[in-house]
Amino acid sequence: MAMMQTHEASQGLRVRPLPLLGESLRRLNPRSLARNPVMAVVAIGTLVCALYTGMAFTEDGGQGAFALIVTLVLLATVLFANAAEAMAEARGKAHAGSLRATRGELTARRVTQSGEETVAADQLRRGDRVRVIAGELIPADGEIIQGAGSINESAMTGESAPVLREAGTDNSGVSAGTKLLSDELIVEVSVDPGESLLDRMIALVEGASRQKTPSELALSVLLSTLTLVFLIVVVTLVPMALFVGIETSTVMLVALLVCLIPTTIGGLLPAIGIAGMERALRANLIAKSGKAVEIAGSIDTLLLDKTGTITLGDRRATEFAPCQGVDLTRLREIAGVCSLQDPTPEGRSIVVLARDQGATLDSPQNAEVVPFSAMSRVSGLDFADGRCWRKGAPNAIARLVQEAGGRVPGDFEALVERISRHGATPLAVLEGNVLLGVIALSDVIKTGIAERFQQLREMGVKTVMITGDNPITAAAIAAEAGVDDYIAEATPERKLELIREEQAAGRLVAMMGDGTNDAPALAQADLGLAMNSGTQAAREAANMVDLDSDPGKLLSAVEIGKQLLITRGALTTFSLANDVAKYFAILPAIFAASVPALGGLDVLDLHSPESAVLSAVIFNALVIPALIPFALRGVRVRAASASAMLRRNLLIYGLGGLLLPFPAIKLIDLLIGPLF
Amino acid sequence: MNAMMLCYALLIGLALPLGLYMGRALDTDRSTVMDRLFGPVESVLMRLAGVDRRASMTWSAYLLAVLTLHLLLIGLAWIVFMSQGLLPLNPDGIPGMNWDTALHTAVSFATNTNQQHYSGQAQLSYLSQTLAIVTLQFLTPATGLAVLLAITRTLLKRQTSSTTVSTNASTTPAGHGVGHDSVGNCSVGNYCVGHYYVDLTRIVVRVLLPLSLLVALVLVWQGVPATYQGAQSVTMLDGGAAQVIPRGPVAPMVAIKQLGTNGGGWYGPNSTVPLENPTGLANLVETIALLLIPVATLIAVGVISGRRRLMMGIGAVMIAFSLITTTLIVVSERLPNAALAGLAVEGSPNLEGKEVRFGSDLSALWGSWTTQTSNGSVNAMHDSFNPLGGLGLLMDMFVNVTFGGIGVGLIGYLLYLMLAAFIGSLMIGRAPELFGKPLETREMRWISLAILAQPLIILGLTAITVAFPSLTGNSNPGFHGLSQVLYEYTSAFANNGSGFEGLGDGAPWWNLACVLALAVGRFLPMLVPLAVAGWLMEKRTAPQGRGTLSLEGGAFVGLTAGVIVIVNLLGFLPALVLGPIAEQLTLP
Repeated sequence: MAMMQTHEASQGLRVRPLPLLGESLRRLNPRSLARNPVMAVVAIGTLVCALYTGMAFTEDGGQGAFALIVTLVLLATVLFANAAEAMAEARGKAHAGSLRATRGELTARRVTQSGEETVAADQLRRGDRVRVIAGELIPADGEIIQGAGSINESAMTGESAPVLREAGTDNSGVSAGTKLLSDELIVEVSVDPGESLLDRMIALVEGASRQKTPSELALSVLLSTLTLVFLIVVVTLVPMALFVGIETSTVMLVALLVCLIPTTIGGLLPAIGIAGMERALRANLIAKSGKAVEIAGSIDTLLLDKTGTITLGDRRATEFAPCQGVDLTRLREIAGVCSLQDPTPEGRSIVVLARDQGATLDSPQNAEVVPFSAMSRVSGLDFADGRCWRKGAPNAIARLVQEAGGRVPGDFEALVERISRHGATPLAVLEGNVLLGVIALSDVIKTGIAERFQQLREMGVKTVMITGDNPITAAAIAAEAGVDDYIAEATPERKLELIREEQAAGRLVAMMGDGTNDAPALAQADLGLAMNSGTQAAREAANMVDLDSDPGKLLSAVEIGKQLLITRGALTTFSLANDVAKYFAILPAIFAASVPALGGLDVLDLHSPESAVLSAVIFNALVIPALIPFALRGVRVRAASASAMLRRNLLIYGLGGLLLPFPAIKLIDLLIGPLF
Repeated sequence: MNAMMLCYALLIGLALPLGLYMGRALDTDRSTVMDRLFGPVESVLMRLAGVDRRASMTWSAYLLAVLTLHLLLIGLAWIVFMSQGLLPLNPDGIPGMNWDTALHTAVSFATNTNQQHYSGQAQLSYLSQTLAIVTLQFLTPATGLAVLLAITRTLLKRQTSSTTVSTNASTTPAGHGVGHDSVGNCSVGNYCVGHYYVDLTRIVVRVLLPLSLLVALVLVWQGVPATYQGAQSVTMLDGGAAQVIPRGPVAPMVAIKQLGTNGGGWYGPNSTVPLENPTGLANLVETIALLLIPVATLIAVGVISGRRRLMMGIGAVMIAFSLITTTLIVVSERLPNAALAGLAVEGSPNLEGKEVRFGSDLSALWGSWTTQTSNGSVNAMHDSFNPLGGLGLLMDMFVNVTFGGIGVGLIGYLLYLMLAAFIGSLMIGRAPELFGKPLETREMRWISLAILAQPLIILGLTAITVAFPSLTGNSNPGFHGLSQVLYEYTSAFANNGSGFEGLGDGAPWWNLACVLALAVGRFLPMLVPLAVAGWLMEKRTAPQGRGTLSLEGGAFVGLTAGVIVIVNLLGFLPALVLGPIAEQLTLP
């Protein structure tokens, strides 16, 4: 079964004419047409023309051939719209399917009171506990409740470097289909079958069960209204024309109706929605609802964790700053030796820096390691001979100096402040009761992030950096990265408070988080993006999950949301602007036979009434497949102010939509004119 | 063309100070010297009506108050028209109207339309004219403006902190804050929009009455009658039979007819009659009065809301539309009338159905302005305009937001602005919003309904009427006949009231069909924006900035104009092609 899905998936990525035609025909059934009022009207119009064609062939002098061609073109219009939806759906399913394929036939070792039993993965229920041993695939989404292990998540994310997942930490979440590489875990299953993240995402790209997003619904109301308006226009035209002695051709009236109603956007609207979800999926973002993707485009404020988003994550030692009268080499050596037993990246970076500067660090003899604790905020070495070396937070070290009867050097405070102001974290070093100096641990800002924030500012999105650092450090990093605002010494409560403040000011807020204590803030935010590695609570509270657990993903989410909305707006404008040219092609054609003077309105000088009407409906039909790639790919989002974006899009899709049909219809008329 | 440009310049020159005055006089959120001037009168009126002048309503209560008062007024007017024969102030002994014409007349005047299926001087008593007609001619434009004020406070007004209000209040003498803080006294927190009766009173007392008095005095000076004596019987110079000249309190009525986008004149032929429009100066005053308050309203709303640039953008679109159709009509009427081809007058402008004393340009200008503003008074017969002139008149009424009726013109524009904001928001990649408030399915459903009503009613009724020719009874078959029917329903829906005439429109079908068009055309486009504003007020407001849709930029102004043309005008194109355009193209 897994194999079949993968096979299907790879098929969906290419256009295969025959299956696509079959799928488009299958969607002609009334129930699926009824979901789309605009195309339903086209379908009814097609039926009317078909009936008329039948009658025309049995009558003498009927325009059977013309009616038949119009009928076929209208049918093609509906099929093109169906094909657009089918293609978008196939692409979406292909991505989701390839993700799901990996867990097709998983089995699980369910832990029961009497022991363990082996069951199929799809029989697991929420709350079941399963044991997973190194080398096995995780059978279901869930949370590690016991143990730790390294996991290969490449099936989900494409990233093959293993990641560490551990019970009781913020990295306790596991996904079905990922592979445990080491150790042994007990995982509590968190979803019932059919409710996993992937199942929800697949529902978003499946046309039949897809829920329309809020702005899509509102747009549908508008499109249905315009359809009704033009239906009224065309129906009332019949008695009015009769009153002035003009016999109107039913086929031509249906053609006029189909050309006037917004078929371009009506036909592509479902495809645009599905493609938007699919683009999110392709970015390894799993949305729990279409609304989440859509809302991302309207985000006003981004709450970004400093670590991982703005900075590379690990602070690194960049400088040893001795106090006055202290030898630099002494500071370097003590700092380095103290850090030899320190496994953290910061500790390692101190060793690296000391060695780079020429220090020779020997492992301490007869020394006991004093580990770092949150209480003491220092770590170090106690030697058997009574010497004691410490490194740690400056104020903690200063207190130690005073307790040991030492004196804090006069320039210590200035050193600490200088380093903090530059965005680095100071770490003081103590030998006995002598304060030697300070190590600067600097955050390394990601390359290109400042430009990214500049673009966001251009688009009117406010960025707020969240960090646990002290205010001075935070300010320096904020200035360097170019964020609009920052919150230092942030707690989860403070984050929640900030989100509420921003929302009270009317802003839509997005944030990313992974910890259980982030869950309230994730739920409160308009767009809560949880890392897949995060805890179950965080993933439940969020409305989007990032499989890559990349804190920078919020920016992609905003872009995907905007793209979805702009594509809809652009095609709506294009579709409506097209009407002008179609009027000029069809109206003279309808009346010209009875009132030749009205031929004066035929500014395009088309070959004959029949070829004029046909040219317009053929253009109307061909626009849909011509724009399918555009609908699936989406409008390119540029970093620009709203006014610049509006001007640009109006020029392209409004003015373009107004002008393009004139030459296009004329060209089609030149091609088919000789036939009529 | 020079006269036309002069009129536009004069109009804007006069509307500017009036708008600034209205903006101060009608803003209930601040105290002005006008409060001391008009406060006592208003207090008495408010006390008589039992209304606390500092009270405020929710949007739904406001809407309900508008509907209730209008139902009441329609009922009263209907009774008065039917029973005027038995009532006093009827020196000429005019009998009561039949029920359907009376109903049509009541609804027509209660919707600020003044479409007349009767002839004023012959079929209405002085009581009907002054009590029913003139009362409605004051209350209906005031209502349009009142609803606009409510929408302005709700939707347009920039969010000012309450400190601004209290600072203003504290700088004025103590104990003299006439209605300055209606918001503070609102019973439902901030979800209130003002008080309908307070607004109505202020508009009538502070704007309509003083202006009408001014215009009426000028008209009396120019020779328009103003008397409660009956018709005058005069013996002609040639000593033949005596002629009866109807008269009455004409000047005051004409003043509010012109100023209040009403249009229903004392005399059947309206301002073509020398007694209603005697001189060149009178014609100029009456012409300017057509658009004066609608243009001033834009400025007033700009002052009250603080959104001057938005109003300038709206004004620019309106002026552009206005110049386009006015030019079309003026140029068209300069062309000779095709029916006169081959006669000695060939080559002169189309003077058929026009007063020679005004000429073609001033008649065309009046025609254009009276259809733009939903006034509907005439100084020439629209039926006799050249086909393209008629096309311009119809286009004015389809759009109906080129200044439009008092208050309702701008409200109607807001409807299109909402649509444009919906599309524009999408085009910049944000969920649709207006002034930072999300436009969602509920809002779009009602906006759509208000948009849909126009083609449904106008084209639907036209189609039914021409499908059953026994109902139509019009004087011309063919293209012009279709134009006449189309014009009648368009005029009713646009609350314009002018007629192409030539229809047997005193019959029950016409009366009842027009009542439907009048009521829907008045209340749906006026009240839907109020409801939408009310709903939006309850939602969060996103702060406006670089990333949000600016409604003031040129691109958005253009988008709104495009929406009006495509959503509104394009729908009527086929009907226009079969009516005036076909008529023009088939001229010999």
